[in-house]
Amino acid sequence: MSPDLLKFIFGRLGFDSLPLHEPILVGTFAMVALGGVTLLAGLTYFRLWGYLWREWFTTVDHKRIGIMYMILGIVMLLRGFADALMMRAQQAMAFNGSEGFLPAHHYDQVFTAHGVIMIFFVAMPLVTGLMNYVVPLQIGARDVSFPFLNNFSFWMTVGGAVLVMASLFIGEFARTGWLAYPPLSNIGYSPDVGVDYYIWALQVAGVGTTLSGINLICTIVKLRCPGMTMMKMPVFTWTSLCTNILIVASFPVLTVVLALLSLDRYVGTNFFTNDFGGSPMMYVNLIWIWGHPEVYILVLPAFGIFSEVTSTFSGKRLFGYTSMVYATVVITILSYLVWLHHFFTMGSGASVNSFFGITTMIISIPTGAKMFNWLFTMYRGRIRYELPMLWTIAFMLTFVIGGMTGVLLAVPPADFVLHNSLFLIAHFHNVIIGGVVFGAFAGINYWFPKAFGFKLDPFWGKCSFWFWVTGFYMAFMPLYVLGLMGVTRRLRVFDDASLQVWFVIAAIGAGLVFLGILSMLMQFAVSFLKREQLKDVTGDPWDARTLEWATSSPPPDYNFAFTPVVHDNDAWWDMKKRGYQRPLMGFKSIHMPSSTGTGIILAGFATAMGFGLIWYMWWLAALSFIALLAVGIGHTFNYHRDFDIPADDVIRTEDARTKLLAGAK
Amino acid sequence: MTVAVNPTQTGEPVFYLADEHPHPEGYSTSLGFWIYLMSDCLIFAMLFAAFGVLGANYAAGPAPKDLFDLNLVAVNTSMLLLSSITYGFAMLTMQQNKIAQTQMWLLITGLFGAAFIGIELTEFAHMIHEGATPQRSAFLSAFFTLVGTHGLHVSCGLIWLVTLMVQVWRFGLIEANRRRLMCLSMFWHFLDVVWIGVFTFVYLLGVLR
Repeated sequence: MSPDLLKFIFGRLGFDSLPLHEPILVGTFAMVALGGVTLLAGLTYFRLWGYLWREWFTTVDHKRIGIMYMILGIVMLLRGFADALMMRAQQAMAFNGSEGFLPAHHYDQVFTAHGVIMIFFVAMPLVTGLMNYVVPLQIGARDVSFPFLNNFSFWMTVGGAVLVMASLFIGEFARTGWLAYPPLSNIGYSPDVGVDYYIWALQVAGVGTTLSGINLICTIVKLRCPGMTMMKMPVFTWTSLCTNILIVASFPVLTVVLALLSLDRYVGTNFFTNDFGGSPMMYVNLIWIWGHPEVYILVLPAFGIFSEVTSTFSGKRLFGYTSMVYATVVITILSYLVWLHHFFTMGSGASVNSFFGITTMIISIPTGAKMFNWLFTMYRGRIRYELPMLWTIAFMLTFVIGGMTGVLLAVPPADFVLHNSLFLIAHFHNVIIGGVVFGAFAGINYWFPKAFGFKLDPFWGKCSFWFWVTGFYMAFMPLYVLGLMGVTRRLRVFDDASLQVWFVIAAIGAGLVFLGILSMLMQFAVSFLKREQLKDVTGDPWDARTLEWATSSPPPDYNFAFTPVVHDNDAWWDMKKRGYQRPLMGFKSIHMPSSTGTGIILAGFATAMGFGLIWYMWWLAALSFIALLAVGIGHTFNYHRDFDIPADDVIRTEDARTKLLAGAK
Repeated sequence: MTVAVNPTQTGEPVFYLADEHPHPEGYSTSLGFWIYLMSDCLIFAMLFAAFGVLGANYAAGPAPKDLFDLNLVAVNTSMLLLSSITYGFAMLTMQQNKIAQTQMWLLITGLFGAAFIGIELTEFAHMIHEGATPQRSAFLSAFFTLVGTHGLHVSCGLIWLVTLMVQVWRFGLIEANRRRLMCLSMFWHFLDVVWIGVFTFVYLLGVLR
């Protein structure tokens, strides 16, 4: 074939794009390929493809989509954590003239991929998954407002994750750090596909995130059951509402800033260039106008989880519900007024820096109010130290430390010393692991019995808990020390041998966290095997307080046979206290949305379009775009998107539950 | 929806609806579409901000005074404003259930929209021909991106309009189609409002600068 034709078909992609000369990557690829082939073969052998397609991939049920988000988050956690282990090992080794085991261009990809994956493809799916699963149940709804859109959003997130994973074996990922600042990320300094992978992975996933934000806002505003006024909503639903408002009000900013970067790279415009009037600092401003709200997008739902867990396991109504709600709203607003604290060193002058330093410190006030609310909820409570509560206590201790180092960094003169140092790295891992990750784990342990009908095994759960918590402190406390000594982030080799011991301690800490992750996987496996012993038939294993515990575990497709009516913040607790009798007759048919494969097909085309744009395969990008339009428009010609669950099916499901409940007594 | 959430006459609290009706189809659509529009508005806000920062960075290249033909822009603006009025007529006739007239007004709206895009592309082609390309300076990058993004939105609106005309033709003014026409109406007027911003801040203030 002529070189021109080859270039037309494959764009920039050639054999030299495959990292065949990198033993680490070839080994990883061999393992992933082996695992993938085994998985695919197993699915084929057990004839599971039809089941997966019908019941999962095409489902519009918010509960199944929520579970799929969680699986995506946990799978990507393994990838992101592998990157973390490699970094910790590299930094622990690269002393006394040793170069470590990662060459520079590989190491730079590793720290970029670690950040991108952990934020966009671990934390976001875990948080979105929990909101998707829990919010409709907590507000007594049958599904979200736009069920098809929900399925589409999920698959767009998967599409982004697929692009990031593809970059591991086809070409390379960005070597710019997780926010890809220009001019480094511009075409002159990053001519390869890495930054393009970064851009298109985030754009594809970003569409999904924005749409899912709109969806959940509508769900919470429009679909609450009768009696649930705004100030009777569970706190998790409140924090979800605020988070989704933040998503809708901040992800478009990310979309624009990445679009402008791609125009610079593809068309040669001058938004963020050093010459022709461009302004690289505008990129930094814009991306942090998205980036700071993003950290609150992640942590607010975690705050909601801790609120539910604390009140359930203390057996008490949440202390200061109203102040909790106002604190959440205040944080939501303030999160837009602090972005500049990420680059005090830009040189905006004393007045600007003071303003943003003060707003940053002010955020700690509502956060502190929340902390006291949780403490007062526990005060004189009959606390049960189940796994969700353990994670919550670990959070309270850890997050306070992270918050205080944050206030320290908010002081501009201190920040001039600590900017971009390992102190900063320790700080944000302190709040993201201590807040978001611990929150997600508390949420997983808390709601798992709701989703699957059996509790998670406490022994392996406690192993995971202790490995994670001790590992976290060992991994990041040394980084505070190193940061105070002036070590900057993203370094690959070190000259000063006296620093090595701190990096070795940190590496051991990362190893402990690794054991924590393994224990968690073990916990899932053991719980599945012991599911008969861990079974819960009541649907309310924790003696909990909010509506999701009023229905069976797992809930039926329609969530509630009759839409609940709410009189109190702790609706289910109120129902239990006032002698609620579960209805046994009078069931009717229930109107539900039907499954559709359009979401996964559209997301598939969007991902293919991204791949085409990354590799300059213009024909692929154009064809995928046309297909995207055609399928999208075609879908609007389908006017019959829902069906009725016949009353007989509802009666059968509810009778089965009645029998189970009778057996439990 | 009014529901008795108070205790019944016997004093027993009501904990569930024995007789409920599902939410009507499209119950959340207008709210959802509004929120979407606001997120889109943010996209334009960012592009305006970028233009605000970079709009005077000519890099020794052409400035607005050298490039903009306000007469052409005035014609273009009137195309878009007229299309908003005719869309309004389409909505009025839709309320009266007159399919043929609705379709006619939609068609006229589409033609005005297409004229707007046509004039804009002519303007772009002329500028590029003069050497005022998006690559020439940060000002021109920001200009082409802001105005082009608006044009792209109008083009999407046109595709949507044609799709809806086909759907109205095939299925009539059923509830679902009315809702969709309503959404497109909001989208179309929204783009009009954005254009007022573009006209003022990019063209008028640009020429004054």
